[in-house]
Amino acid sequence: MTSRLSAITWNTFREAVRDRVLYNLILFVLLLLASAPLFSQISIGLEKLMLVNVGLSSISLFGVIIAIFLGIGMVSKEIDKKTLYTILSRPVRRWEFIAGKYLGLLLTLVVNAVLMTVGFYVALLIFIHRLQGSDATLLVAVYFIILQFMMMVAITLLFSTFSTPIFSAIFAFALFVIGTFGEDLKNFAAMSQGATRWLATGVAYIMPNFASLNVIAQAAHGESISAHLIIFNTAYALLYSVGVTAMAVLVFERRNLK
Amino acid sequence: MNHGRKVMIISGVLVAALFAGSVISRLQVESIRGPQATLDETLYLPSGKTVKRLSLGYYSLLADIYWTRAVQYFGARHYVRSVGHYELLYPLLDITTDLDPKLIVAYENGSIFLSQRQPEGAGQPDKAAALVEKGIRANPTYWRLYFTLGFIHYTDRHDYKAASEAFQKGSEIPGALPWMKVMAARMAEKGDDPTTATYLWKTIYDTTTDKTIKDTAAKHLLSLQADLEMDELERRTQAYYERFKKYPEEWSDLIRAGLLAGIPADPTHTPYNLRLDGTVRVANEKDFPYLERHGAKENK
Repeated sequence: MTSRLSAITWNTFREAVRDRVLYNLILFVLLLLASAPLFSQISIGLEKLMLVNVGLSSISLFGVIIAIFLGIGMVSKEIDKKTLYTILSRPVRRWEFIAGKYLGLLLTLVVNAVLMTVGFYVALLIFIHRLQGSDATLLVAVYFIILQFMMMVAITLLFSTFSTPIFSAIFAFALFVIGTFGEDLKNFAAMSQGATRWLATGVAYIMPNFASLNVIAQAAHGESISAHLIIFNTAYALLYSVGVTAMAVLVFERRNLK
Repeated sequence: MNHGRKVMIISGVLVAALFAGSVISRLQVESIRGPQATLDETLYLPSGKTVKRLSLGYYSLLADIYWTRAVQYFGARHYVRSVGHYELLYPLLDITTDLDPKLIVAYENGSIFLSQRQPEGAGQPDKAAALVEKGIRANPTYWRLYFTLGFIHYTDRHDYKAASEAFQKGSEIPGALPWMKVMAARMAEKGDDPTTATYLWKTIYDTTTDKTIKDTAAKHLLSLQADLEMDELERRTQAYYERFKKYPEEWSDLIRAGLLAGIPADPTHTPYNLRLDGTVRVANEKDFPYLERHGAKENK
């Protein structure tokens, strides 16, 4: 089972690399190299802050875009190219296929994020000349961005199991937007009454909450992130991702592929 | 020339011509809409909270962009020394600090942009104080914001009591430097003493890392020094008048009377101008934009 899973994971990763996904790194480096000197010229007191905000926001945004645009074709592309039938005709279970695809796409995003983070720290060293202890918080922000990817990959994979790529992209992007309003949704629910309150609260908890995973502003200002937040965000992202991937498996298991 | 090459050349020329045409059209559009078109649009979203909602979580990056726009907006007007056209400065700063309430640089420098009298600044000290108070609410342990608040109350609002209170509150925050207590006491005792202003601007000059603010502080210090020197020179022309019942016509009159050792020069080493009514002015007022008692407005 492990070898089948790792084969699908590895092939998904290789396919993403062949699709020139990592080309976005060039754009990322250009953004970093341009932002710090440009904003230090036209603004006041922003050099490091801008570098951190551009760096972390780009890591997050590029990753979410890659997660959506690669994730939506994960299943449908295999069906269109008829490669899915070849895979499933071998001793590969459907859940192994979904789990492998999930891990492969996640691996692509993690490699992408790690390379971006290395580039980001190099840019910090070039422009700011030295790193401080508080810069370690930036790694926590990157870790939270990776947790965000875990959830986004699961969500796009779920949609790709039953919808067309274009609708999967729309649904996944809509959920990403709703997820950024995660804490507002809960506040709206708290303001309503009776059955509406229960319903709204339920919806608020079913929808992903990306707001709590966004610590870019705190990291940029060198504020420490509590260990409790790290632990519970990790638990939340893990449980949510596994739950949504399980739903994707459930849908895919019941799907008629004939 | 083969067909493929011909197509390449024609396509290349066509692309270049179309691109040049689009640039010309865009320049026309910009001239019709005016230079402020882009900034005016920011007011379609006057609330920072709305902008924050629409940022999809990337609000700290947007805050940096809004802060840059505020700096650019202020810089453009500051450069041409235009009076009364800073309407968007406070909204831009308000949106910036709504997006990132921890962006200290926006409170500290933005409030100085707002508070300085026109044409050097926006001449809106009340809004400047409101911006810093907002900053204090968001960053209650950052004592330097109390310094900025006290500074605005003192320099631009001339409210020495409020200035003293701000310095006092700031001095009570752990980590505040001892001179905050000194400033609180000075404000309470002799707020209108020019040496107090000199002390304040010297503190800004020594502590700021920003070149623009340092330049402003240097100009304030020069203006304060020139104001003090001209006060002293006018006291001497008055003494001359009391002795000879007429004002001196030239500096040499004062030198001959033993009231001056030589021709007095301003801090930029340019001789002061002596006027027939015994008053003294700097030769080049542009070098001293912050003169309180001997500036352009006192000439009218």
